[in-house]
Amino acid sequence: MSAVPAHRVTAFEWISRHTPKIVLAPSIAASFVYVFVFCVWTVWVSLSNSTLLPDFTYEGVKHYISLWQNRRWTIAYTNLFLFGGFYVVGSLLIGLLLAILIDQRVRGEAIWRSVLLYPLALSFVVSGTVWRWIFNPTTGVEALMHSIGFADFYFNWILDREKAIYTVVVTGVWHASGFAMVLLLAGLRSVDQDLVKAAQIDGASMARIYWKILIPSIRPIMIAVVVILLQFAIKTFDLVVAQTGGGPGLATNVPAIYVYDLMFQRGQIAQGAAAAVMILLALAVVLVPYAIWSDRRNRRRSENGS
Amino acid sequence: MAVSDTIAFDPLASGGAARRTRAMFVVYGLLALFAAYYLLPLGVIVLNSFRDLDEISRGGLIGFPRSFSMQYWQTAWSTFCVQAMCKGIAPFFFNSLWMTIPATIISTAIGAINGYALSAWRFRGSEPLFAFMTLGVFLPGQMVLLPWAFTLGALGLTNTIAGLILIHCVQGLAFTTLFCRNYYVNIPDALIKAARIDGAGFWRIFRKIVLPLSPPILIVTVIWQFTGIWNDFLFGIVFSSGDHQPVTAALIALTAGQTSVRRYNVEAAAVLIGALPPLLIYLFGGRYFMRGLTQGAVK
Amino acid sequence: MASLVIRDLSKRFGSVEVLKNVNLEANAGEFIALVGPSGCGKSTLLAMLAGLESVTSGRIEIGGRIVNDVAPKDRDIAMVFQSYALYPTMTVRENITFGMESRRVPKAEQNEAVARVASLLQIGELLGRRPAQLSGGQRQRVAMGRALVRDPALFLFDEPLSNLDAKLRVEMRTEIKKLHQRVKKTTIYVTHDQVEAMTLASRVAVLHKGVLQQFDRPRVVYDRPANRFVAGFMGSPSMNFIPGELVEEGGKPCIALPGNGSPAAVLPLATSVTNSARKIVLGVRPEHMVRDTGGGTKPGYGRMDATVEVVEPTGAETMVVMRVGAQEITARFEADSVPAVGEKVRVNVDMNKACLFDPDSEKLLG
Repeated sequence: MSAVPAHRVTAFEWISRHTPKIVLAPSIAASFVYVFVFCVWTVWVSLSNSTLLPDFTYEGVKHYISLWQNRRWTIAYTNLFLFGGFYVVGSLLIGLLLAILIDQRVRGEAIWRSVLLYPLALSFVVSGTVWRWIFNPTTGVEALMHSIGFADFYFNWILDREKAIYTVVVTGVWHASGFAMVLLLAGLRSVDQDLVKAAQIDGASMARIYWKILIPSIRPIMIAVVVILLQFAIKTFDLVVAQTGGGPGLATNVPAIYVYDLMFQRGQIAQGAAAAVMILLALAVVLVPYAIWSDRRNRRRSENGS
Repeated sequence: MAVSDTIAFDPLASGGAARRTRAMFVVYGLLALFAAYYLLPLGVIVLNSFRDLDEISRGGLIGFPRSFSMQYWQTAWSTFCVQAMCKGIAPFFFNSLWMTIPATIISTAIGAINGYALSAWRFRGSEPLFAFMTLGVFLPGQMVLLPWAFTLGALGLTNTIAGLILIHCVQGLAFTTLFCRNYYVNIPDALIKAARIDGAGFWRIFRKIVLPLSPPILIVTVIWQFTGIWNDFLFGIVFSSGDHQPVTAALIALTAGQTSVRRYNVEAAAVLIGALPPLLIYLFGGRYFMRGLTQGAVK
Repeated sequence: MASLVIRDLSKRFGSVEVLKNVNLEANAGEFIALVGPSGCGKSTLLAMLAGLESVTSGRIEIGGRIVNDVAPKDRDIAMVFQSYALYPTMTVRENITFGMESRRVPKAEQNEAVARVASLLQIGELLGRRPAQLSGGQRQRVAMGRALVRDPALFLFDEPLSNLDAKLRVEMRTEIKKLHQRVKKTTIYVTHDQVEAMTLASRVAVLHKGVLQQFDRPRVVYDRPANRFVAGFMGSPSMNFIPGELVEEGGKPCIALPGNGSPAAVLPLATSVTNSARKIVLGVRPEHMVRDTGGGTKPGYGRMDATVEVVEPTGAETMVVMRVGAQEITARFEADSVPAVGEKVRVNVDMNKACLFDPDSEKLLG
């Protein structure tokens, strides 16, 4: 019945035991400030009366209302839908096609992949600038056609209010389809090859094998690709600035540009903040359902022992 | 060792040899077509950075080069006028360098330690904390522009490279922590536990066990961080101006703000210079790029 | 007419020869087991039968037709994979009808076939489920159903039971045997488990390093293995191999087992063996050694003394590892016959069942 002597924890021991938390603390603090505080701050500004400088008198949702009544914003939003839709679908389809092509055991696969993926290493600024030159009638495709002899060839989409957005789509797809390809190719390759052999014995043609077995098997990856691309589309800023500057007029204006405009060109930071919050909401609408779906799916899989 | 282990899948094996050759023709043909579409822009700027201006004015940018000169690179680098300055793109290039390298190293280092702490030393609440930190990856830049402007002002870092480094570090933390942690969870728990029983502490285990296993993920993280930070534009133009801008912002000023005759060849050279570092990294470290894609994106 | 003929079949991957001149045939309705250790080439052979691997030289005939260059789907075969390879995004019914759909079989016929197979394998209530919702044994049956529905000339099984736990494996083994008795299709069954081969097959083909070692009925392969490899591979625990010398004692040929100076034991040979060298290897299975109960040596039996080293009671019997001279051998005793470690026991060896091998060529001598 001897009492165990009380052990006073020394400072050193306390630090050692809690080192992981101590090490993480700065990052957690930074994340907290960055993710939470900054966002709340921006939301607060969006609800305030600020113009050029912050003025924290509460104004309610007046900026949101005026935002949605603003023609520039609605155009930007519509452009985003248009651009986003074509961009995501186009990149996915081309990426899928390329993945299937490379999956045919082509020789020099590494080279093909490098060529198709390199746009990802470029800044959107670079891509936008170069494609702007290519689309520009005086320097690009139209000029080329004229110099060859097709004097009547017209290709001035980039100057056309209706069609300019599609030039941005082309560049966006050019930029992102390699990314889609890599992920889809990895997915195709991760499918159990026995399935393909069984299907071959069953008498299915290659097309049928892809359509009925392989592509359905990579549906989760396709969804992931779509979600990631949607994210890119919603945040698009650099590309449009470089390629068309938002023009001609408002033809290629997108929400991200409008935010920058409001905040730093027009001195309307409250309204800009409101627009920024709208962008955040758009992202949340895409990401939150996906996160829930993905989490539920993973849990179901681990229950079934997949 | 079953059938599945011995044979690599040959998708075109069903069908005769002639059919296979025809099919492969189509495959290679399509691939070549797409390759051309992809290489077109790169070809355009590379070739045009060497051509004479008259040639470009006559035939546009897409055409077979008939002249060759290295001088435009020189001009782009040291004498071309961007806004008010006429020192070429070099100063902006170095701005980017001073910004990207420290930010990459710092964010990767911290991310690695964070990832290690979160995976090997799990404690109550570490998973929710990790999820919270990950949110930073998805946050749109627009939400933090105003607060950052305010913060930088308060710290006296407005319009400085140091300010940009700070921003990129904090932004990068979420991403690097995510990547490293997802990699480190694959280190068997037993390894860490054995070391702890042997008496090793947090830092010792990191140095002796985890760090030696880290090169693959560190390389991937460094490559992605470098590329992402170098290619960033939004923060560049918002938080810096004039001669403190990184090269991406300078390029926009360079190619958009020309009033007189456009010197496309010099501009092309400038664009290439700005694009070169990440491109080179991609050329030499391409497979790390891809590894990062497949690892991180599909989580 | 033989259902399957494999003549002088060889396969090379680059410079590595994986199969060397294999000759096999299967009659209609036979169950042939291809058995051997990892890397022996059995899986490659099966893949070549299925048309998933090309033939380097030799020929394969299915139903009298040379099929070397025929695509898998036209070979009239069906295959059950080790991983079952069930299409994960389709229901069980769709899995079974996939092949028929590809061949545009009319719906009525398809339904009939599915019903037939479902009742045969008792998977009727699983038809609407997805593979992820099935247990291992159920997936196994669905995989067999998918193969059955093709009504092929040849069934190929690629280690179908390897993914199951031990108990389920035994159950499914019996089911496969019952199925074969009912359906009576020519079957080639690849496995690394020699017990499966012995219990299921009408003939067993033992492969080692790409060479066919022996192809015969299970009983023959077990009792009269063609060489030392087959002898050691079939049967568990494996046969004991004891090197010895040919001697003559009492006018009869015997084998002397080496000991310290003088032979540890001298055992009479059941058959006479002419061997130019005097050295041979004696092969005796653990179950062919009986503990001497003092009733004298029966005819055809030899006797030897051994020292017990390890005793392993398994419940149904007792495995005893003992030493005879310089050699360690394993014997199978009755469950209640448990000697003590270090004890000297007397063992009677059934020399009629023993095998003699040439020490150099390792072939069976007698």
